[in-house]
Amino acid sequence: MTNAIVTFVLAIISAMLIDNVLLSRFYGCCSFIGVSTKVESSLGMGIAVVFVIVFASAICWPIYTYVLVPLDIGFMDTITYILVIASLVQLVAIIIKKYVPSLYNSLGIYLPLITTNCAVLGVVQANTDMQYNFALSMANAIGTSLGFLLIIVVFACIRNRLESANTSKCLKGTPIALITACLMSLAFLGFIGLVSL
Amino acid sequence: MENSKKLEHIKNLTRGIFIENPLFIGLLGTCPALAVTKSVEAALGMGILFLITLIGSNLVISMVKKIIPEEIKIPCYIVIIASFVTIIKMLCESFLPELYSTLGVFISLIVVNCIVLGRAEAFASKNTVYDSFLDAIGMGVGYTLALVIMAFIREILGTGGISMGTILTFIPYFSFTPLSALKMSFFQLPAGAFLVLGLILMVIAFYKNRKNEHKQVKERLAKKAAAEALAAKLVGDTNKNIKKEVK
Repeated sequence: MTNAIVTFVLAIISAMLIDNVLLSRFYGCCSFIGVSTKVESSLGMGIAVVFVIVFASAICWPIYTYVLVPLDIGFMDTITYILVIASLVQLVAIIIKKYVPSLYNSLGIYLPLITTNCAVLGVVQANTDMQYNFALSMANAIGTSLGFLLIIVVFACIRNRLESANTSKCLKGTPIALITACLMSLAFLGFIGLVSL
Repeated sequence: MENSKKLEHIKNLTRGIFIENPLFIGLLGTCPALAVTKSVEAALGMGILFLITLIGSNLVISMVKKIIPEEIKIPCYIVIIASFVTIIKMLCESFLPELYSTLGVFISLIVVNCIVLGRAEAFASKNTVYDSFLDAIGMGVGYTLALVIMAFIREILGTGGISMGTILTFIPYFSFTPLSALKMSFFQLPAGAFLVLGLILMVIAFYKNRKNEHKQVKERLAKKAAAEALAAKLVGDTNKNIKKEVK
């Protein structure tokens, strides 16, 4: 039992730091480059992504294992997942609008964008492709989404400073952001060897 | 009339390749661009799969655009795109298994590639089937070109040369690595992908800025010339008036 828990925690750490979703697996780079200039909105976006990834994995794993595989239509996985994710995002939007309207106002346009965030579909699809069991899938989902949250918030802080920095005219905006991401990615190489599964 | 229509078609076709290149100018679809550009042939394979998906989805969406109700159009588009991606994925798995295992989850991720949905929403849902087809070819080729340029830089610097034929098995195998002693494996790391894309965007921004400056200088010169002409004319007029009065 303790062994299983240790594996679970190690899998979370591995997915979060070593194989970070943005810096080494590149899922969700569009929103990473597009959104993160304000710290508050990237924090809200990150939390929403955490919710959606964890719930989508928790829903899609049983659907694949108990519906698609017995019916022998495993090839329909991508279509099923994208529909589940799209409806889940709608649900999260409705819930947030009802209970936390201030958060809804600040997130606003970013919520529908989560549907087309590669991180969500990428994690769910990777769980299927790697044939993880339920616990490992959840560990992968939690670790990946927390890694996304961490990076997007840290990166928003850095970009905030970069905006007021005196960069060269042709580097302003996205190019310097990508070069910063390159340096961050190098820094995260240092986590290799932290955990061995 | 006929001529202007033809011009419009050509414009639709070529727009995606340079002026509105989806990756370098539009900054869309960066996730696969960073992930699959380790080698030129993986990038080429990804580009081809992407092109086929985009053509299929653009064609079908422009055909059924009048049937789909306005409120649920995005889910409908996503389902159409996902069906094409599933077909492509199965074909790739059976005919090009090496490419399938190299690209991995990124074939499925074409579904959520912003370019496909973006073209469906911005172009195919408003234009005719033929125009959408041309647009899809232009955008697909532009994206493939961008991927191959990135992969070329990364492979040359990261491995010291180019090798083909291991992933796309229909290409005859050849390997040309004259600089393998000088390779910088940094460019094969994820960090190298960020750096290469950042530097390419920097070069593009540099040329854009220079063009803008040229334009501004030209405008200023034109304004100056116009003002001088006006002044000369005024001076000429007053001179004439003075001459008249003298007479």
